[in-house]
Amino acid sequence: MKKDITRRGLGLGASALVLAAPAVRAQTAAPTAVKIGYAVSKTGPNAGGTAVSITPNYQLWVRNVNATGGLRLGDRRAPIEVVEYDDRSSSEDAVRAIERLVNQDKVDLILAPWGTALNLAIGPVMNRAGYPQIAVNAVTDRAPDLGRRWPNSFWFLGTSAEYAAGLVELLSKQREAGLIGNNIAMVSVADGFGIDLVNAARPALQRAGFRASYDRTYPVGTQDMAPILAEAARSNPDAFIAFSYPPDTLAITEQARVSGFNPKMFYVGVGTAFPLFKERFGANAEGVMGIGGWQADSPRVQEYMRQHKELVGREPDRWGSSVCYASLEMLQQAIERVGRIDRPAIIRELQTGTFDTILGPMKLEGNVRREQWVVGQWQNGEFMAVAPAAKAGARPPVLPKPAWRST
Amino acid sequence: MEAAAATLVTGLVLGGMYALVAIGLTLQYGVARIMNLAYGEFVVAAAFAALWLFTSLGVSPLIGLALVMPLAFLANWAIYRIFLTPLVRRAPNAGALETDSILATFGLLFVVQGVMLALFGGAYQSYSYLSIPVEIFGATITANRLVALGFAAVIGGGLWFLLTHTRTGTAVRAVAVNPAAAPLVGIDMARTAALAFAAGGAVVASGGVLVSTFLTFNAAMGVVFTMKALVVVIMGGVGNLMGCLVAGLLLGLTETLVASFVDPGLTLAATYGLFLTILIARPAGLFGVAAR
Repeated sequence: MKKDITRRGLGLGASALVLAAPAVRAQTAAPTAVKIGYAVSKTGPNAGGTAVSITPNYQLWVRNVNATGGLRLGDRRAPIEVVEYDDRSSSEDAVRAIERLVNQDKVDLILAPWGTALNLAIGPVMNRAGYPQIAVNAVTDRAPDLGRRWPNSFWFLGTSAEYAAGLVELLSKQREAGLIGNNIAMVSVADGFGIDLVNAARPALQRAGFRASYDRTYPVGTQDMAPILAEAARSNPDAFIAFSYPPDTLAITEQARVSGFNPKMFYVGVGTAFPLFKERFGANAEGVMGIGGWQADSPRVQEYMRQHKELVGREPDRWGSSVCYASLEMLQQAIERVGRIDRPAIIRELQTGTFDTILGPMKLEGNVRREQWVVGQWQNGEFMAVAPAAKAGARPPVLPKPAWRST
Repeated sequence: MEAAAATLVTGLVLGGMYALVAIGLTLQYGVARIMNLAYGEFVVAAAFAALWLFTSLGVSPLIGLALVMPLAFLANWAIYRIFLTPLVRRAPNAGALETDSILATFGLLFVVQGVMLALFGGAYQSYSYLSIPVEIFGATITANRLVALGFAAVIGGGLWFLLTHTRTGTAVRAVAVNPAAAPLVGIDMARTAALAFAAGGAVVASGGVLVSTFLTFNAAMGVVFTMKALVVVIMGGVGNLMGCLVAGLLLGLTETLVASFVDPGLTLAATYGLFLTILIARPAGLFGVAAR
């Protein structure tokens, strides 16, 4: 095996094997440790997303649970033991790693990898093995269907249609208020998420009566955004929308700043919510909108931020990270309510229960998390949630965006 | 008209970056005959070095160049002497060495990547240095890209001078043109190849440092640079400095022109279309040895 393997507490390994026995036995022979496995992308193209939104939260959660003595199973506590693999961002490796976790390591629970593609890839295996799959960092329009097809799978970041609809709703409101006109410039990355988002946004914009005077896609890994932004600026739009990936998000924002392209509304894609964005642009982040957002003024979110900084040495991103941590809190509460490692019962609890998380009470509908923040805006150094406006805690967006400053 | 001029300038700046990133590979592959698959990892490693120097010690990337380049020269010299010389010794011909070096450097790729992941993690990195807008012929370009272009020209020009006007440089070119005959005229093959590999490594490092001032990167992104450099090197003719420069500029211009006047979505298609056309017309590349 080429994969690297990290095992914590090898000494506990032998006794943890007991857990592989049917749940009935686990009830009587109390387990000493709960074995949790995951295969995530430590290398390859998904490594960036994984390192930002997944691994720190898995580590933080395991640390926090073990600090209290472990998961409460009935009247005792069982510490978590981790089995970790690298899926090298490849679907085949991810599937093989899951099979290994199930058949060879015989782990009790499996945490999901980062990204839609890998979660779709491991879906059938997880379903066959009967493990709950908390697909926390996946956005797909098929989420509701997938939740029905694989009742053990849970989808936390909603559908691309929701993100597009939320953005268009925000645009419409600003137009009603007379802050922007009808003219939109839109670019998108020609890859999974970018394509999904733009395909959802085009009809939604049209229905709302907006005109996309510039609407182009660019290939993944485009290193120079100057020509694209020059063309977009030439159409003199009221609002600029980019459904972009993290490196492009930074490059587009940088190019807009440098060329002085400052539409009344400036929206960029994945990566706007990263702490890196704030570090990179400082005061120039102000007013920039993007995917995600959170309620930075909530005390529980602030406590989470503090712990994250303490463990990882940097702040979490303001979109997927806190949701990832909240999903783990849900898993923990589901396990503790069931009181033993009984996977069908844990799955049932996740489907029906209401959970108390750092993001407030959370309940899944048809295995999908509804009601999430789809647009955020950097306001006074924080990426505040601004849409959907109807959700409690939404901040009003600030438009027009302030002018770029020279640094 | 002004739009066209701006597009040309932007294209040339992008092309200069491609050429800069590829010059090192043309030395390593063309002269030392090592198809270095870990090439992109060295670009990223230098970028991390620049990031660390800048964010932790406050050392400007341009001063960082003076530190990183000699270090990279020594490191690549050592890699060639310790790690690759046994392969060179036992390879019966150039083809076998190419295969062996691909396999060996493929392994090296994971080692370098693993070290970077362990040191810096997998997250995206970016810092702001000299991102001041400069206007040239109607095109607004950041100063860091222009500085990178300037250094690319200096490094490329300096290398060209060394290769054409010094004895060692002539030896290096002789090895590139005819590795079988070079020892017959008293050229120390092992030393020349090691020198070319190390010099290539130093140039790679300069590319990484300069690119880090304006690109967002992470530890897993090396392969992007390897691919681009490979396209440029093969298109220009393996081992040919001028070919590298022309191919890089052509690539940058094509991408920018297509993105501005056709559709940004077609830049990749245009890149590989150009690549194929050139290879069909001149199988050894624009300035390839066979075409001379």
